[in-house]
Amino acid sequence: MDLALLTKLFVGSSFALYIGIAIWSKAKNTGDFYVAGKGVHPIANGMATAADWMSAASFISMAGIIAFAGYDASVYLMGWTGGYVLLALLLAPYLRKFGKFTVPEFIGDRYYSKTARIVAVVCLIIISFTYVAGQMRGVGIVFSRFLEVEIITGLLIGMGIVFFYAVLGGMKGITYTQVAQYCVLIFAYMVPAVFIAIQATGNPIPQLAFGSEVVGESVHLLTKLDQIVQDLGFTAYTEGSKSSIDVFFITAALMVGTAGLPHVIVRFFTVPKVSDARKSAFWALFFITILYTTAPVVGALGRMNLIETIQPGEVGTASGNLEYANKPNWFTTWEKTGLLAFEDKNGDGRIQYYNDKNPNFKPTADSYGWQGNELTVDRDIMVLANPEIAQLPDWVIALIAAGGIAAALSTAAGLLLVISAAISHDLVKGIMVPNISEKKELMVGRVAAAFAIMVAGYLGANPPGFVAQVVALAFGLAASSLFPAILMGIFSKRANKAGAIAGMIVGIVFTLGYIIYFKTLHVEFNNADHWWFGISPEGIGTLGMLLNFLVASVVSKLTAPPPAEIQALVESIRIPKTD
Amino acid sequence: MSSKSNNSAYWHANLKLMGLLLSIWFLVSFVCGILLVDQLNQIQFAGFKLGFWMAQQGSLYVFLLLIWIYTKRMQVLDKKFGMDE
Repeated sequence: MDLALLTKLFVGSSFALYIGIAIWSKAKNTGDFYVAGKGVHPIANGMATAADWMSAASFISMAGIIAFAGYDASVYLMGWTGGYVLLALLLAPYLRKFGKFTVPEFIGDRYYSKTARIVAVVCLIIISFTYVAGQMRGVGIVFSRFLEVEIITGLLIGMGIVFFYAVLGGMKGITYTQVAQYCVLIFAYMVPAVFIAIQATGNPIPQLAFGSEVVGESVHLLTKLDQIVQDLGFTAYTEGSKSSIDVFFITAALMVGTAGLPHVIVRFFTVPKVSDARKSAFWALFFITILYTTAPVVGALGRMNLIETIQPGEVGTASGNLEYANKPNWFTTWEKTGLLAFEDKNGDGRIQYYNDKNPNFKPTADSYGWQGNELTVDRDIMVLANPEIAQLPDWVIALIAAGGIAAALSTAAGLLLVISAAISHDLVKGIMVPNISEKKELMVGRVAAAFAIMVAGYLGANPPGFVAQVVALAFGLAASSLFPAILMGIFSKRANKAGAIAGMIVGIVFTLGYIIYFKTLHVEFNNADHWWFGISPEGIGTLGMLLNFLVASVVSKLTAPPPAEIQALVESIRIPKTD
Repeated sequence: MSSKSNNSAYWHANLKLMGLLLSIWFLVSFVCGILLVDQLNQIQFAGFKLGFWMAQQGSLYVFLLLIWIYTKRMQVLDKKFGMDE
């Protein structure tokens, strides 16, 4: 069977599975639609959370980012997992005890204010749409690359599938499809990882292969990698080139942002009990950690395989570099997609891949007769082309396609649901038409979900130039707006309406302003010399969060304390027992 | 013990546990994985530099362990203070 057919078969059967689950778990009321009837087992919810959480970016891009950034990419590994500790300890159990449907609903009730609820809805929509656009793009890319259809066709198919199970099944449908999607995506990620780990080190467990010796040589994998990248003028793989303060702030923004993302928080509303919310956070991180501790191994091995292919001989010798005429098949395949490009700058017919941005390496490169780096590699290749580079069988490649689509669809569906719940439950029922019937509210929820899918599809097809970057920035926005308001709502009885509203607005406006200034208005200033305290736009959410806390505390102190019944509400969410 | 002071004792026990676990959380990621990474990288173990391993593997395992300890300890506290749901 040829690869295209095999891929269609894998992807098609995964779709049939998702649709079957959607029909089986159709939502019957608003409780099913928003929070899956609060009847999801903690382990199932952990799996669903993991699939919800791990997006196309985690599945396709992360290992590639690590491959090219080495230690610097640790911010993503720690940042996107450490947030679960905050969730499990600081947020999830209390929000579950509060026991309503949405994040803005908590903020509105806790701060006894419709204005606070609307501000929270606006923050939620900004965060979720920036995030979802990247997912739909991911769906389109996987389709076009593996099934050889236009990106737009791929996008439409993806939208159709999500439409079917998100609109029909609501949270209930999404939860059980996400469980299936987790199984597909983790299998698809681990199989090639195990294969390449065995090839390189003889050890089948990637996490152990990471510290093993390379097959046939008595040198550790990471020691070897440090050596070969430094020979080509790059920073040692295990050492960083970013400043400590920036790494610190980015990691903090990603951690806190993770804990503040509405589509993640809402997953903890779906379990039966407070203690289940804690357990569920454990299982979520357990399932996430399997992929997240494997990704750096895939990255390191991918980088090594790439360099050894391009630079098979000694660095600097005339015959040390691969002749373009002798390039392997996968090279040609990926050149066609534009993800891999070669330009023979010194006209020697061989491929040179090195760091031509390093002024200290230039004299060495000149002495080799190299006139600039000749190979540009898109980071996504590390996962997508890895099976081909490692010469794995076709079914593994087909599996990657199904896994990538599962990762993108599960995250997109989770995001679309919180957007639709914010519209139907917070705006329509909470503010505009409080006495709407449940049946009508469910209808509005479905229409809102359908509408959100259209917008997401449009953004996926016509991404504003900076969408790829803003996905990472959505974390800063969540960190600086929703997280402090929720946290203070639980841990401070003194935090009041005025404080929360002022804090959220200052936090998100400051963070969004800083990001827009450096990412769109003055891209030329986007470097450490111009950043405040050396903090990049990716890390600024941490400062925004601190500002939010500061403003909220000061304003709360200067204005009247919350009414007695709100203080009683705070006390009641702190204890699991229901009175 | 009145239910109010029982609730408040439960909350304080919870806060103490959180404080301890979050200090470890901060220590393994921000201190070991970022601030002291260069110093820890001088230490080699099992084919890794310690600082690098903490940043890309170790801190993740510790996070998982922290949540596990929290759920277990809270089960004990829930029982002790009669907070079973």
